[in-house]
Amino acid sequence: MDTNLMRDFLALLARFLSGVSARWVDCQPDSCQRIYFANHTSHLDPVVIWSALPPDIRLRTRPVAAKDYWTKGPIRRYLANRLFNAILIDRSEIKVHQSPVELILREIGQEYSLILFPEGGRTPGFEIGQFKSGLYYLAKKRPDLELIPVHIDNMNRILPRGEVLPVPMLSSIAFGPPMWLEAGESKTSFLNRARDALLRLKEL
Amino acid sequence: MKIFNTQTLSLIGAVVILLGLAEAVLAMLKRRPDSGLDAAALETFRRRVRAWWILFSALAGAFLMGHWATVILFGLMGFWALREFITVTPTRPSDHITLFWVFFIFTPLQFILVGIGYFGLYSIVIPVYAFLFIPARIALVGDYRRFLERTAKIQAGLLICVYCLSHAPALLSLPLNSPEAATPITLEAAANEATIAVSEPLASTANKTPLKNISLDAGGNIRLLFFFILLVQLSDALQYAWSQLPSKHVIVPSINTTHTWEGLLGGTASTTLIGAALWWATPFQGAHWWMAAAMAALIAVMGFAGKITMSAIKRERGVRDYGTLVEGHSGVLDRIDSICFAAPVFFHCTRWWLVLNHYIPPVG
Repeated sequence: MDTNLMRDFLALLARFLSGVSARWVDCQPDSCQRIYFANHTSHLDPVVIWSALPPDIRLRTRPVAAKDYWTKGPIRRYLANRLFNAILIDRSEIKVHQSPVELILREIGQEYSLILFPEGGRTPGFEIGQFKSGLYYLAKKRPDLELIPVHIDNMNRILPRGEVLPVPMLSSIAFGPPMWLEAGESKTSFLNRARDALLRLKEL
Repeated sequence: MKIFNTQTLSLIGAVVILLGLAEAVLAMLKRRPDSGLDAAALETFRRRVRAWWILFSALAGAFLMGHWATVILFGLMGFWALREFITVTPTRPSDHITLFWVFFIFTPLQFILVGIGYFGLYSIVIPVYAFLFIPARIALVGDYRRFLERTAKIQAGLLICVYCLSHAPALLSLPLNSPEAATPITLEAAANEATIAVSEPLASTANKTPLKNISLDAGGNIRLLFFFILLVQLSDALQYAWSQLPSKHVIVPSINTTHTWEGLLGGTASTTLIGAALWWATPFQGAHWWMAAAMAALIAVMGFAGKITMSAIKRERGVRDYGTLVEGHSGVLDRIDSICFAAPVFFHCTRWWLVLNHYIPPVG
C-alpha cells in the first residue's frame, strides 16, 4: 500500500478521533530542524502532535516513543516503523553510559525534527511532571535546533492512563515560541525554564 | 415515491433565493469598503452565510439520499455537539467509562430508534433509562467528589445535544403520508394529493372518532423538517438583525449582550409572518394556516431560549464558543443551540395538532 497515502489517511483519522485543533502562539510552522517537547498524558500524544503538523513538516518529523509499547504486535510495529518513522527508545536500558541522546542525534541527522516528551513517561492527572535531563543534553549537543514547547490539552480525558477505550472529546494543541539553551545556563535552570514555557502555554 | 413535487421544489427555491440575496448583499458591501459598517460584523455575516450554504446543501443531499441519510446527518451533528459540550464541561477521570456509554451506546441508540420511528421508546430512552444509568454507573466507580454536579453535566449534555436534537429528524417519521395507518373517511382528500381534509373534528369523544387521512405526498415530512430548520435559522438571523436597532434594551446583560427586546420581539414577529407565508409547505393546510404562523412564533421563542441558555453555560465556563471545527469559525453547538431547544417542542406541538385533529391515534 502507498505509504504516503496511508500517512495522510492516518493523520486525518487521528485528527477526527482526537478532534484536535492546533494553535500556533508566537510561532509559525517551519520546516527547519526543531525539537517539539510536550507534556505527556496519553499513548496517543505523539500521534496527535504528528497529525497536527502540516503534511510536509509531518514527513520530516519523528516522534520519540517507548519501545516496549510500540513494538507490541504487528500493527503497532507497522505504525511506529513505517508510518510515524518513530525513534524507539528502550526505557529499561536508559543508563548513564547508554544514553539515548546519542542514538536520537544519530537518527535525526541534519534532516529530521523530533517530538519529545521530557517527562519521560505519562503523568497522570492534570499536572506537568519534572523534566528528565535528555532535553538539556540534546540542546547542548545541537545548539542550532529550535526548541518548541507544545502543550497538549484534554488528551488525558480522551484516553487516560490505564484505560483502553477512548472517549471522543476534543483536544487542543498549542505550539509556543522557540527557545534555546543560553550560554552557560545550568541544567536545572534550563529544565525549569522549559517546563515553565509549557505551563505558560497551559494558561493561555 | 415522488418526493420532489411543486411545494418541495418551491421551498428549496425559496432557500436558494434567500441565500443568493445574502451573497448579493455581501458582494455589494465588499465593493464599498467605506460603507461605515463594522468589518468584524461583516466577517461574521460572511461566515454565517457560508455556514448556511453548508447546512442546507448537506440537508438537501441527505434528503436526496433518503430517510436514513438525514437521520445519520443529524446523528453526526449531535455526536459532534456532545463532544464540544463535554469538552468544555469539566468531568473527573473516573467518569471515563460513563462517558464511553454516553457517546457510543446512548447516542447511536437514540438516532437508530428515531430512524426506525419507534416513538414509544425514543421519547423515553434518554430521559428515563440514560438518566438513571448515568448516576448509577458513576457511583459504581466509587468516586463521590462533586457527584451530583458531574452527573447533572453529563445528563444535560446528552439531553440537549442528542435527545432534543433528535426530534428534528423524528419529524420524518410522523405519519403524514401513510394511508394505511389511518382510516380514510374523506375520499376527496385522498384523491387530491397534498390536500388534507379541513372539516372540523366530529364533536364526539376523541376515542370514538374515526381517524381522518391527512394524505400528504411523500415529500410532506421532508418539507416539515425543511420548514423547521429554515425558520430556526431565519429567526436567529432576524433576531440578530433587529438587535442592531439604535435603541437597545438588552434582556440579560450579564449573560448575553447581543439579545435585545427589540431583537426578540421584532425577530419573532417577522419569523411569524414568514411562517404564515410558508403555510403551503406544511401539513397545516387550508383553514389551519394560522398553525404555521403559531409554530413559527414558537420556534422563534424557543430558539431564543436555546441561545440564552447555551450562552449562560459558556459564560460559566468562560469560553466564547463551544468549538473550532473549522479554524476561525465557532463550533457546531454554537450553530445548532436554537435547533436543539426548538426541535422537541415543535415536534410535540405538531404531533398534538395531528392527534387533536384525528389524523393520528393519541398513542403510538
